[in-house]
Amino acid sequence: MIVYILCFILFLVGLYGLITRRNLIKIVISLSIMEFSVFLFLVIIGYIDSGIAPIVDLKETNQIYVDPLPQAMVLTAIVIGLATTAMLLAIAIRLYRKYKTFDIREINNLRG
Amino acid sequence: MELTLSILIGFMIIGAIFAIHAKDLLSAVISVGIVGYSLVIVFLLLKAPDLAIVQIVIETITLIIMVAVVLDSTREELKIKNDFKSFTNITLSIIFAAVLLFFFVQATADLNSFGQHSLRMADAYVTGAAEKTGSINLVTGILFDFRAYDTLGEVTILFAAALGVLTILRIKGKK
Amino acid sequence: MKGMSIIVKKVTQLLSGIIFLYGIYIITHGHLTPGGGFAGGAIIAGAYILLILAFGSDTIKLKNIEKGSSLTESLAIFIVLLLAVLAFFLGSKIFFANYLPKGQLGEIISAGVIPLYNIFIGIEVAAAIITIFLALIIFKEEITK
Repeated sequence: MIVYILCFILFLVGLYGLITRRNLIKIVISLSIMEFSVFLFLVIIGYIDSGIAPIVDLKETNQIYVDPLPQAMVLTAIVIGLATTAMLLAIAIRLYRKYKTFDIREINNLRG
Repeated sequence: MELTLSILIGFMIIGAIFAIHAKDLLSAVISVGIVGYSLVIVFLLLKAPDLAIVQIVIETITLIIMVAVVLDSTREELKIKNDFKSFTNITLSIIFAAVLLFFFVQATADLNSFGQHSLRMADAYVTGAAEKTGSINLVTGILFDFRAYDTLGEVTILFAAALGVLTILRIKGKK
Repeated sequence: MKGMSIIVKKVTQLLSGIIFLYGIYIITHGHLTPGGGFAGGAIIAGAYILLILAFGSDTIKLKNIEKGSSLTESLAIFIVLLLAVLAFFLGSKIFFANYLPKGQLGEIISAGVIPLYNIFIGIEVAAAIITIFLALIIFKEEITK
């Protein structure tokens, strides 16, 4: 139970960074921290104490395996995380070249 | 097991807090590496070797891209003013976080405790799955046979992201 | 972007081939051992990124690599879709059905179409990551010119 709560505290740390920081790079960092906490939570749910890694043992039949379904879903989510992070960073660097700052308040004021 | 995991997640929380509060953007980016690489160890402890391999490679590539972006632009963090409004903001956000935590505990009360997960839902993916798909790695079997639509969508997202990065960063148009 | 010193270049020459081979091993054994298309593709992309960082644009034409990687990416995702559609005409009429013979469990040539999907998705992931990385480098040089 304590593990679930620690996961959620990691999520809250990411949320705190997302709300309070004004720097675009810090916002991207906070988003990836939130992503990590969700991956962690999903994999922890599928864990079984006496289970082994989900690769079938051909000799021993009555083995218990940990749940492979969350692992497969998180596997795709990690790669999607890389894609979205790269896209956010591309937008950030394009904005920096135009406005010469990462401050989102400045970027708001210069709109027009 | 639960104690080891708690200590590792505690390290991740400390790394995350430092990453958010760092004065230098380069050190902030590197402290995210603490969180990512600790996640690799946690995945290995949780019997998920596929995830550990993917995470360690992807984390390295993300770090390279982030460092490239930070070195291209600026390393300095913005100045944050500490006025009297920040006190009320901090109090409000602590209350907000406590309320969220309360609802989280309420929501996870019905879950099985750590390590006691029941395979009732995933039974069809485990028993006899190796004979059905022909692959003894169950995760690969799920990715490319039972849940192949998810993989197709994921690959499409990766393709679209590469196209999007090319489009956003290109300055001169193609002739 | 300039290349690095001669020590880095020499070590990179020796190491990148081994990293590339390891990526191919991870992809082709995806249905037997941990790993698969996603992990192996990312490792291959890592080998390429190491080469690009060490040698820079003084010996390699980065524009040409970017053209090649975009083309490879599009072709690989097209072939994955083609393999999936092929299931309509062979065997059962289900999208993504496994229409090749399954073979003996635990052998390297087994599991029907799953190794083929692994190989092409590995190529797609590798090409996409290389394209994203090159886009960050090439278009920076356009500004400074």
